[in-house]
Amino acid sequence: MDAHTSASDTELVQLLTPEGRRVTDATYSPFVAGLTADDLRGFYRDMVVVRRFDNEATSLQRQGELALWVQSLGQEAAQIGSGRALAEQDFVFPAYREHGVALTRGVDLLELIHLFRGYRHGGWDPVAHNFHLYTLVIGSHTLHATGYAMGVQRDGRVGTGDPGRDMAVMAYFGDGATSQGDVNEALVFAAVNNAPLVLFCQNNQWAISEPTTRQTRVPLVRRGGGFGVPSVRVDGNDVLAVHAVTREALERARTGGGPTFIEAYTYRMGAHTTSDDPTRYRSHAEEDYWRQRDPIDRVRALLITEGLADEAFFAEVEAEADAMAEATRTYCRSLPEPPAVTMFDHVYAAPHPLVAEERAWFEEYERSFVTEGGH
Amino acid sequence: MAATRTPMAKAINMGLRRAMEADPKVLLMGEDIGALGGVFRVTDGLLKDFGPDRVVDTPLAESGIVGTAIGLALRGYRPVCEIQFDGFIFPAFDQITTQLAKLTYRSSGQLQMPVVIRVPFGGGIGAVEHHSESPEAYFAHTAGLRVVSPSNPADAYSMIQQAIASPDPVLFFEPKSRYWDKAEIDLDVPADTSPAAIETGLHRARIARAGTDLTIAAYGPTVTTALAAAEAAAQEGTSVEVVDLRSISPLDTDTLVESVMRTHRLVVAHEAPVFFGSGGEIAARVTERCFYVLEAPVLRVGGFHTPYPPANIEEEYLPTFDRLLDAVDRALAY
Repeated sequence: MDAHTSASDTELVQLLTPEGRRVTDATYSPFVAGLTADDLRGFYRDMVVVRRFDNEATSLQRQGELALWVQSLGQEAAQIGSGRALAEQDFVFPAYREHGVALTRGVDLLELIHLFRGYRHGGWDPVAHNFHLYTLVIGSHTLHATGYAMGVQRDGRVGTGDPGRDMAVMAYFGDGATSQGDVNEALVFAAVNNAPLVLFCQNNQWAISEPTTRQTRVPLVRRGGGFGVPSVRVDGNDVLAVHAVTREALERARTGGGPTFIEAYTYRMGAHTTSDDPTRYRSHAEEDYWRQRDPIDRVRALLITEGLADEAFFAEVEAEADAMAEATRTYCRSLPEPPAVTMFDHVYAAPHPLVAEERAWFEEYERSFVTEGGH
Repeated sequence: MAATRTPMAKAINMGLRRAMEADPKVLLMGEDIGALGGVFRVTDGLLKDFGPDRVVDTPLAESGIVGTAIGLALRGYRPVCEIQFDGFIFPAFDQITTQLAKLTYRSSGQLQMPVVIRVPFGGGIGAVEHHSESPEAYFAHTAGLRVVSPSNPADAYSMIQQAIASPDPVLFFEPKSRYWDKAEIDLDVPADTSPAAIETGLHRARIARAGTDLTIAAYGPTVTTALAAAEAAAQEGTSVEVVDLRSISPLDTDTLVESVMRTHRLVVAHEAPVFFGSGGEIAARVTERCFYVLEAPVLRVGGFHTPYPPANIEEEYLPTFDRLLDAVDRALAY
């Protein structure tokens, strides 16, 4: 079964057709009614910039400058629409493909390069941006997000009625992750604790080579119901609809209404990572189908149809994206290699005699090459 | 205040209480730890005094317990998780070794993981399968974790407080067969939890009995067995020193080496299977530093390369008094 034919027997929330025309939804339209022309142009700008960054990083991997790259290509609406729904005080636990969300959290995208160049396991300050580090083991971080949300409850930061104080936690994961025990345990813990959590599943149709039919016999959105978690399925390539359902879920979380499960129905237009070859397992016809539903084309059509942007704006965004690509190349190549001895840093927070002993041995070993004139 | 005779289970209970009094961010999580007070009653009474936000009866899911504890730690809490029995820790193995152990490293020190995982471990209580295991070596093998095991009530009382104060994750292995062993402890005095005290109090070995002819290194439940064996050996004219390691990671090799330099012989005792167990690492480390003074190979006494056997025959599996004395005799015969 092709991924797009399995679309669903469950309705998708959609506020923007693939042609860029608005659709009215009694529940969700109010959540985007307040968006200004600036906001909509901002969505477009973010989506274009992060796609350009993503493409540049893919090129850098092909040129041998990055060890690996994980593409966000095609998921820009799901990431920007949801990320722009977050309040500053909200806290995000990404998986590892959420470059668009990183942008909305004020993370300098260049900081993502450290991880994929093989220089560090992290890169950015998770506390400064309320954006946790990427987690590569599938689904593990959904439990961290749940625990964090339980801490938020204990801190009295839920349901106070003060919009600057109440906070929510959002965890991003994919369709494959929904099969993991940890994700199901996160749903249990979040539900019984009524935790201020939004579980945001980007169903991009593919877990490397396995279609969602290998993970589930029902639309993923139905996973939430059995746990008692309100759930919604949204057109993940529709930035307005994603924004609306996420805002609704975050508001419920902040006001003490508990967790929500969102299935954002989207498509991984690129490979799983630069190590993957999708031609081995999916058809060009399927890729073409989704290319016609490109999330960036859709918001661009909206801006044009409603007269919210002119050619000068689009040219300005292109120039900004070009500058981002240039900055990415320069930054990547200018990064100093980490000294090998830094492998011993931060294994523990407090001193550990074995690490100290091995570090001392290693330093002595390295010095031996210097004195022998080897290196 | 006067010291009172206290069983280890109560000593840990009082240590938890002192830690919760000292720091409002300390909270307990686990299965049946609230109203029931834990299956071994180690958390008895704490729900009543600290409330359900700090003594949390969790869903029955070990990965969920440790995974949410990590999230709570990221939010500034100091969770103390109880894994009900040793053999139930494996659903949480991924969260412990892949996430808990590595988040400080992954974040280049920006994040800390002050999480304690309490594990009643070891055999000798006639339990059914999966309730008598000694999985400590799996965790000592993982950088980023600290692994300790008290052998007596006084250590249990202070070490649990220091483990909770540690900025790193600590696997706290409680010898369940010794839960009801009693000792005099002054329970009114909280432990010193300064960084220096944690380093010495939580991670240094202790010479539990001085001797001159042979050293037995033990931790957790085997320390009491080793002391009994040393007493019996003394009747036969052999002076056995007993080192209570207390900490497996980090391992206080210096104290052990200092002992073996004097006694020239070492026997290591633990309930865990000998093959690829902590005794092998201890033997290698001591041999590296004591090669020229050793009068016998380092001998290991522990579990066999079998699953933990049915309770009826567990006595023959465990490193008993008799098997320790046999090892002492073999070492002296070299």
